Amino acid sequence: MTPRAPQPAPAALPRRAVVVGGNRIPFARAGGAYAKASNQDMLTAALDGLVARFGLQDETIGEVAAGAVLKHSRDFNLTREAVLGSALAPTTPAYDLQQACATGMEAVVGLSNKIRLGQIDSAIAGGVDSASDAPIAVSEGLRAILLDLNRAKTVRRRARILARLRPKDLSPDSPSTSEPRTGLSMGEHQALTTKQWNITRQAQDELALASHQNLAAAYDRGFFDDLITPYRGVARDNNLRADSTLAKLASLKPVFGKNLGAAATMTAGNSTPLTDGASTVLLASEEWATAHDLPMLATVVDGEAGAVDFVHGRDGLLMAPAFAVPRLLARNGLTLDDLDFVEIHEAFAGTVLATLAAWEDPDFGRDRLGLDGAFGTVDRGRLNVNGSSLAAGHPFAATGGRLVATLAKMLHDAGTVDGRPARGLISVCAAGGQGVVALLEASVQDA
Amino acid sequence: MRSRSAPGADSYTAFVNRGFGRVLARRLGLPRPAILRRYTPGAPLLAGPVLVVGVGAGADALAGALLAWQLDVRRHATPGERLAAIVVVLDELAHPDELSDPVRAAGASLRDLAGNGRVVTISRPAAADQAPAPAAARHAVDGILRSLAKELRAGSTANGLMLADGVAPDAPNTLGALRFLLSARSAFVDGQFLSVGTPGQAGAIDRARPLDGRVAVVTGAARGIGAAIARTLARDGAAVIAVDVPAAGDHLAAVANEIRGTALQVDITAADAGERILAHAAQRHGRLDIVVHNAGITRDKLLANMDAARWDSVIAVNIAAQLRINEALLASDLFTRSPRIVSVSSTSGIAGNRGQTNYAASKAGVIGMVKATAPLLAGRGGTVNAVAPGFIETEMTARIPFATREVARRLNSLQQGGKPADVAEAIAFLASDAAAGVTGNVLRVCGQNLVGQ
Repeated sequence: MTPRAPQPAPAALPRRAVVVGGNRIPFARAGGAYAKASNQDMLTAALDGLVARFGLQDETIGEVAAGAVLKHSRDFNLTREAVLGSALAPTTPAYDLQQACATGMEAVVGLSNKIRLGQIDSAIAGGVDSASDAPIAVSEGLRAILLDLNRAKTVRRRARILARLRPKDLSPDSPSTSEPRTGLSMGEHQALTTKQWNITRQAQDELALASHQNLAAAYDRGFFDDLITPYRGVARDNNLRADSTLAKLASLKPVFGKNLGAAATMTAGNSTPLTDGASTVLLASEEWATAHDLPMLATVVDGEAGAVDFVHGRDGLLMAPAFAVPRLLARNGLTLDDLDFVEIHEAFAGTVLATLAAWEDPDFGRDRLGLDGAFGTVDRGRLNVNGSSLAAGHPFAATGGRLVATLAKMLHDAGTVDGRPARGLISVCAAGGQGVVALLEASVQDA
Repeated sequence: MRSRSAPGADSYTAFVNRGFGRVLARRLGLPRPAILRRYTPGAPLLAGPVLVVGVGAGADALAGALLAWQLDVRRHATPGERLAAIVVVLDELAHPDELSDPVRAAGASLRDLAGNGRVVTISRPAAADQAPAPAAARHAVDGILRSLAKELRAGSTANGLMLADGVAPDAPNTLGALRFLLSARSAFVDGQFLSVGTPGQAGAIDRARPLDGRVAVVTGAARGIGAAIARTLARDGAAVIAVDVPAAGDHLAAVANEIRGTALQVDITAADAGERILAHAAQRHGRLDIVVHNAGITRDKLLANMDAARWDSVIAVNIAAQLRINEALLASDLFTRSPRIVSVSSTSGIAGNRGQTNYAASKAGVIGMVKATAPLLAGRGGTVNAVAPGFIETEMTARIPFATREVARRLNSLQQGGKPADVAEAIAFLASDAAAGVTGNVLRVCGQNLVGQ
């Protein structure tokens, strides 16, 4: 595979898209606090919290885009229904989109581009997922029988169709995170990648511990006061274990890659749990934000999607960002050293560490990225400094919104660095060997 | 949606106000609390004539001012004619002997006072630098008013205005406060005095939206009395910034969305709470006019068993946070245009309550703070007052055991608990231009609770 050359810098678009702020509900471990909440319930709650924070009652927003990875077929218009149930004006258009775990990121990038093009002035990007209220389908056998039955005209014919029914047809078909083309779960895929990049158990546990400690510290200093609205009695992400220790993490048994024997390193502690939750991000043109007396936290500078051929095993399932980030930064004339904050979604600790390892590997840089050597090193002091998915949890489509709102606030708080706006990167991997990454910088208004 | 009848609601009052219950209560001599008339936008100020009692220029001028409000004003009573209100003007008292005529004249008309009627005295405060006779006469009004309020029935109330020397009975500041006491906004205010001075000058009063264009912060706005305050200020035209702790954010968001305000999740005990509130107001509105310190907690325990956590948390939330936020407000350029601060105190802070030394300390502390803050705001035409609710029907009081709750809610002249909206109406008044003459006051909203003043 020849490295995909970076695109030339995009033509200057007429205007910028800014992140005004965000709102999410606390993320909750599946089967717990939100077990009885639907995707629509949670997305509506996240929208209403956003409306309350920014006084958007009865406001017509340019467009709302959100989605869910685990989605009932009845929720074909999930986002529009959530808008109709919210305090927003019913004249706000909305659409569903879905790009696995990158859903929220793609919503932000796509809507930002519409704002930059002048097609809309304001937008809300979001995502929601419930692993608790997941759709369960009937088996393929039963489905075929039921459809045939519906088409049958005579009693005799119906009886013959029903006679095809076998006990195995009655077991339901639950959704899973297995890749359709490999049959391997996401965790099993990551276990292969983790081994490929020689990521140690210790390094994974340390990353997980840092995630919990950073998230807990951010809560304690009130960082999330204007990013989260409680829901159903939950005020903080309930996967957070502020008192976790390396010893506790080290005591957990591997859950993925067990066939690797001693090389099995991935545990429930350094992998994200199934989680329920929803997030939203308010995007706007600078003019719209100013006219509505709203803050501008950060500018969405650029975004990039990528995909890898994980089916034939050359790259790991979750390694697309390792390729997308170098392209994104090159297009913007930047390197990893130019970033003040780096947010790499912690699908698994191994995902983050394998990505960092690839970037630090001269062979990968030369052979796969087409560079002179290694792509670079991420300063750990800038990585996921307020915690990430290992601590917060990962309701698939909601993670992008969490990351964008969190980073935007961090950039705003940092303001300028060395005389230029603070810069941050978000990298999110996704099922199907995909990933979406984005570049944000602090919105610094001329005083 | 909230249910119309909360658990623990006062079903007794509803029972004795209709059919068999009315007959039974009358025969048995049971308390018969009235259903209080409460404010609805657009309703007339008074449902019938108002009698102005008193001789002198002040009484005449006041009668003229009430005529200008399109009220049906009487200077002499016609026995048998139902009255909606009686205003007793006693602004020129020099000796207790002068009380007899006007006070008995008012008394002779009390039988004609309609249900939910209003009696308002207008007098001047006694002071140590006065001659003994006028001081005696002036302070006598205190005893008259508080006793009279206890005589009234059927939802009628009696309250008084104490005019500073130099404030005329028909001055705008007097009229603003008088209108509140005559109106249904003061339904649960009974047996109380408001002092009226000249810290500011009342403008046009009691328009349909008296707080139009104002920006108001309400702390503890997620539920109960705070939510009612937010709703009432919004109804009166204010843009409301609803503040509560992050953990109450879901209820807070619902209130903010209902009143088209904004929700600001901040713990008021945080060192930078005042700055965060000001920053939000600056960003979204470019101004801040009204701050209502409503947020409060109880951690009851007999003093003998009081631990540091209970004591310290109550002091931190109920008074220390208000002091710190007020410092930030006073230092801000945003809070300079006739600003208003209203703090929620409590009858516990006036009369004390067993098991509430910490709470009473904080709520009495609020009263001390308000009196000392008034001069600091006077320079910018601002006012600061406290409202002290008595027994109010909230989720919190609904959790009091039945018998205790039933006794507590009857122990006042109106024989019932107040509603969160009653507290909110008093606060909305104090936040408005109509209350420009009222500062450093503690207004009880307690139905003339039998404890304390």
